[in-house]
Amino acid sequence: MDTKRTTFNNRLLPYLLLAPQLAITLIFFIWPAAQAVKSSFEREDPFGFSTVFVGLAHYQQLLADPNYLDSLWRTAVFAVSVTLLSMVLGLAFAAAVDRLTRTSKVYTTLLVWPYAVAPVVAGVLWWFLFNTSTGLLPFFLERFGILWDHDLNGTHAMILIIIAAAWKQISYNFLFFLAGLQSVPQALMEAAAIDGSGPVKRFFTISLPLLSPTTFFLFIINVNYTMFDTFPIVDATTGGGPAQATTTLVYKVYQDGYVGLNLGSSSAQSVLLMLIVMLLTFVQFRFVERRVQY
Amino acid sequence: MAGIHIAEVSKVYAGGVKAVNSVSIDIADGEFIVLVGPSGCGKSTLLRMVAGLETISGGEVKIADRVVNNVEPADRDIAMVFQNYALYPHMTVYNNLAYGLKNRGTPKAEIDARVTEAARMLEITQYLDRKPRALSGGQRQRVAMGRAIVRKPAAFLFDEPLSNLDAKLRVSMRGEIKRLQRRLGTTSIYVTHDQLEAMTLADRLVVLNGGRIEQIGAPLEVYHAPASTFVASFIGSPAMNLVKGELHGDKLAIGPSVIGLNGFAPASGTVTVGVRAEDIRIARADEEALPFRLEYAEELGAQRLIHGTVGDQQITAAVSPELELAPEMQIAIDASRLHFFAVDTGKRLPGNVPAEAKLAPVEPVA
Repeated sequence: MDTKRTTFNNRLLPYLLLAPQLAITLIFFIWPAAQAVKSSFEREDPFGFSTVFVGLAHYQQLLADPNYLDSLWRTAVFAVSVTLLSMVLGLAFAAAVDRLTRTSKVYTTLLVWPYAVAPVVAGVLWWFLFNTSTGLLPFFLERFGILWDHDLNGTHAMILIIIAAAWKQISYNFLFFLAGLQSVPQALMEAAAIDGSGPVKRFFTISLPLLSPTTFFLFIINVNYTMFDTFPIVDATTGGGPAQATTTLVYKVYQDGYVGLNLGSSSAQSVLLMLIVMLLTFVQFRFVERRVQY
Repeated sequence: MAGIHIAEVSKVYAGGVKAVNSVSIDIADGEFIVLVGPSGCGKSTLLRMVAGLETISGGEVKIADRVVNNVEPADRDIAMVFQNYALYPHMTVYNNLAYGLKNRGTPKAEIDARVTEAARMLEITQYLDRKPRALSGGQRQRVAMGRAIVRKPAAFLFDEPLSNLDAKLRVSMRGEIKRLQRRLGTTSIYVTHDQLEAMTLADRLVVLNGGRIEQIGAPLEVYHAPASTFVASFIGSPAMNLVKGELHGDKLAIGPSVIGLNGFAPASGTVTVGVRAEDIRIARADEEALPFRLEYAEELGAQRLIHGTVGDQQITAAVSPELELAPEMQIAIDASRLHFFAVDTGKRLPGNVPAEAKLAPVEPVA
């Protein structure tokens, strides 16, 4: 039997109902993206009087630019580290809370809080904690002989933004992993327990494989998050420095476009960034999904 | 192979709810015990305590003469078949069967031999490479059984394993479980709320109600000599008729009618009288009879159930389908077929026990 369908007698009405959402999508997503693609093929004079079509010149320049390739590499390091760190910790917290019975609601609520913190605030918070002269963490690190200085040390700066970005994302991953763990039937765990599998082994041989759809989903979400949504964190903590050590692709788009006013190159970079994310998502769906169980 | 001894086992949940109340059962090596009762009677809780999935609040569980109260489920040498099968969805049938053996560090060659053997026995050899989701309900049930038998445990625990199957499959799987258990000779505890399943599978059945044992006995013993009105109404289909009666010496009054008991009266005063539907027959002209007002009839094929009243009490009788029905009929019951229960406690009153209850149990065919 067919599912019940609502039919409109008025041919215009469906379009009218869709119009607000379509308008928002067109004005705020499609149009700017199209503008970016268009201006990535153009060069504008410094005063904005004339634009010249230059074809793929911006792209050729970018791909030959060691600064850009360097940023690409840093972004890869950043994205992989943030994704791994936030997913592993999110899963660890979820596994811990899943074993609780009475207090789990309290812990869940507390663990979700960081997600409500704005990225800029999260960045500033960690910037304070890691502040070279007044921060708490450098004070303790000094006792272990580590002189923390993310203003001068590129590695330190990278670690700082990784921690700040991952910290915010743990909550999100935690929630999804917890929901995933709680949907694993209790009887499966009991069957495994009778089959001689201890809690740790049960986690790795039963829970984790059954979580693979969740893991796959979170992987895509996290990579996209680090690619795009981490701009405020970088901006508030390191400003891309020192010596471009934390200039990720999205931060470079901003720097070259809004600070350097090189709109053509900036547009080309954002188009490349879009392509990278599209490619990653495609690869993930195509190859990772095949190994997803259940 | 081992016996299981359950001694005064109780389960008290937080908040003081007593799910199982001082239950004792001695299960011999190789015996097939069925725990039966309505939902909430504590049968599953009891089974889970034997399995080690539920802590034991009081009493002692012994498997093969070893107290296992504080032993992990994995170390109790038991295998369990769950109601929803609990197969690992991400593993093939082969790995589902092999998982428990791998965890115990069984050599690979032996795992292979045991899985192959179990698969052959259950006729699931051609499905070994499939995932559970690609199997039908009956096949999943077999895999769940296979997972239990590969381990060669001291005891099988079944938690309503057939309740997710359709009626026809349930009957055939029931037969297979019985056949397999006879063949392997493994001590088994089987939980069900289905009295027919309990009757057909059990060597002995344990009727539970409200966390307590109502009766333990061979299926026919329980059927022919129920220890209480609860057992009488729970075991057997249709349920035993239970009516109010009054004993005067050797006479029994049901409503306005009186019948003689030929010396079978156990007491005097008000009692609950039980009578199986198949023990009621149409009265001959020359005997004491009860007037039966027919309300409706149910056809079962081999017999016909007629429902109606004697006085103001409901009675169901099983009669031959050839019998001609009339709105008013005269029914008779042999006094030796009557069961008497105390009105206040519902317990069976001492007295006659039908001869069938003393029949020797059917010898198991290997």
